[in-house]
Amino acid sequence: MAILVDNDTRLVVQGITGREGKFHTGRMVESGTNVVAGVTPGKGGQEYEGVPVFNTMEEAVEETGANASVVFVPAAFSADAIFEALDFGMSTVCCITEGVPVHDMMRVANYWRIRHATLIGPNCPGVISPGKANVSIMPADIFTPGNVGVVSRSGTLTYQIVNELTQRDIGQSTAVGIGGDPIIGTDFIEILKQFEADPETECVVMIGEIGGNAEQNAAEYVQSEMTKPVVAYIAGFTAPEGKTMGHAGAIVSGGESTAEAKSEALQRAGIRAATNPSEVAELVAEALGTSS
Amino acid sequence: MDLYEYQGKELLRQFGIETLEGVVAASPEEAKKAAEQLGGGTVAVKAQVLTGGRGKAGGIKVVKEPAEAEEAAREILGMDIRGHEVRQVLIEAGAEIASEMYLSILVDRTEKKPLILFSTEGGVDIEEVSERNPEAIVRIYIDPLVGLLPYQVRELTFDAGLEGDVAKGVGKVLGNLYKAFTESDASLVEINPLVATEDGRVLALDSKVTVDNSSLFRHSDIADLHDEEAADPEEQRAQEAGLQYVKLDGDVGILGNGAGLVMSTLDVVAQAGGEPANFCDVGGGANADEISEALDIVTANKQVKSVLFNIFGGITRGDEVARGLLSALERSEISLPIVVRLDGTNAEEGREILAENTPENVYTEETMLDAAKKAVELAQDGGR
Repeated sequence: MAILVDNDTRLVVQGITGREGKFHTGRMVESGTNVVAGVTPGKGGQEYEGVPVFNTMEEAVEETGANASVVFVPAAFSADAIFEALDFGMSTVCCITEGVPVHDMMRVANYWRIRHATLIGPNCPGVISPGKANVSIMPADIFTPGNVGVVSRSGTLTYQIVNELTQRDIGQSTAVGIGGDPIIGTDFIEILKQFEADPETECVVMIGEIGGNAEQNAAEYVQSEMTKPVVAYIAGFTAPEGKTMGHAGAIVSGGESTAEAKSEALQRAGIRAATNPSEVAELVAEALGTSS
Repeated sequence: MDLYEYQGKELLRQFGIETLEGVVAASPEEAKKAAEQLGGGTVAVKAQVLTGGRGKAGGIKVVKEPAEAEEAAREILGMDIRGHEVRQVLIEAGAEIASEMYLSILVDRTEKKPLILFSTEGGVDIEEVSERNPEAIVRIYIDPLVGLLPYQVRELTFDAGLEGDVAKGVGKVLGNLYKAFTESDASLVEINPLVATEDGRVLALDSKVTVDNSSLFRHSDIADLHDEEAADPEEQRAQEAGLQYVKLDGDVGILGNGAGLVMSTLDVVAQAGGEPANFCDVGGGANADEISEALDIVTANKQVKSVLFNIFGGITRGDEVARGLLSALERSEISLPIVVRLDGTNAEEGREILAENTPENVYTEETMLDAAKKAVELAQDGGR
């Protein structure tokens, strides 16, 4: 078990012939993911890394029985690619692309078919279930199979924390980068829900940052619905008001969006919160009872 | 991207929303001429800055004649409002105001929908109204795939207790404002106050418009409004180089890869007793050109006394990053102490490469905490 992607994942790469799409398809195949198809309009009939390329999602699904997609198409066309993936029945759609317009994402997020799928991202590193499937741009080498679920708004911060877990021989069930944009497909809560239900996951790491109030909503959910221990980390205590800190969604714009407000909400909910990335691994070890 | 009040109003007018007649002036003389052009009567002289609170800071003055407008502009131009220098004023004609209201449309991140906020308590900070009298604010969510529906407009005007011409006028403004919001890819459009005049018109007396940066590729007209002179020179340079950079007040320059890791690095530096001088995300690669450009931008800030370079090697391996950094250091002439912390894939190899070849001003540390402590210590010792 794991969540979102596993040995049953039959992946189609949307935008497979672009620079990023091509590069990461190679890496995903290398780390054992069952990549069954690629889609680039006008490039149908070609092949990349042994993966057949189709002109449309309709064809790709018909020919290969794909059930999940990862989107690398440029920002201006990302929403269209997501709609196409949803219309042809993908259960998991992972949009890696950064810079997708907010209004495009609002339309996607309110599309009825999204209720039957899980959209991760945009502006995210993707999803990896170590040893099973890698639907991401994450460095697979630093991951190791295990029982800790990771959900995060940031890529490199996830790598940093996962690396420290792995160095302590603490493996991961699934790591999900939900993305750093203001409007994302799936928030913390839906991922937490899946980790709570996943028999393999014993502890969850939640990595948040400034902007919005998704961490507060997640804290309430953890307190009222979760039995598994959650360790949290929030970045951005030193961020000034009104400045975008790298991620489009990481901006302090009023009371709820500050790191302090999020951190207080986590504490009120009784969630273990680390003050720096290294402490996350220590707290996880404690929670799992494996600390030496 | 934030628009100045006068730019926002220009946009609102394009969508059929009425504003007062106004002229932008960059000098007291221009202000006087503008006041004359507007009929020589009462005008408001309003500081144009991309921040709130200008009224409280004395950035808005109402005057009775052109000579006074000139005097007011002399006082306001050059003023510093929350770190923003006033370089332009908007001279605006007066109006007979019967009532002040508030209207905005924003992106609600939790509901993932546009949210309309309306209140008959206008002209004051909406967050204050929200705390003091939350029932005075009408909230309506819009399905972005369906758009604003006529019944929602009726609901808003009835809920707010509006009647007659004002109800009709507000409804019309709302329809136009929603159009402006979607068609210009705004993440916020705010009119505060929206006023009803004695003769029954509904006008936008102020405007605050923020356009989604990610959408600027399809709004070149709006992108062209970007005021390069108002931007911090280092931020402007970073933007042109495609780097994510935010200037802060401290003396420890910070670079790293990935927004989350850099934000976290800033926090750890602060925990170690230091003050970060900036946020700078160099992205995922180890390209020497990018690293050297980023180093130059960070150290161009004269307050910087030491630099912390925090890298997690993922797909880009630590040894490649180390080589990129060395070649970047070779071509720049930075004498400031630089603390490098490499972690992740091939970090050890990277640290070895650095240890063998580093110039005297480069220190390497294994953990983020140690690196932060070292950088803070070096900054406190005076750096350069």
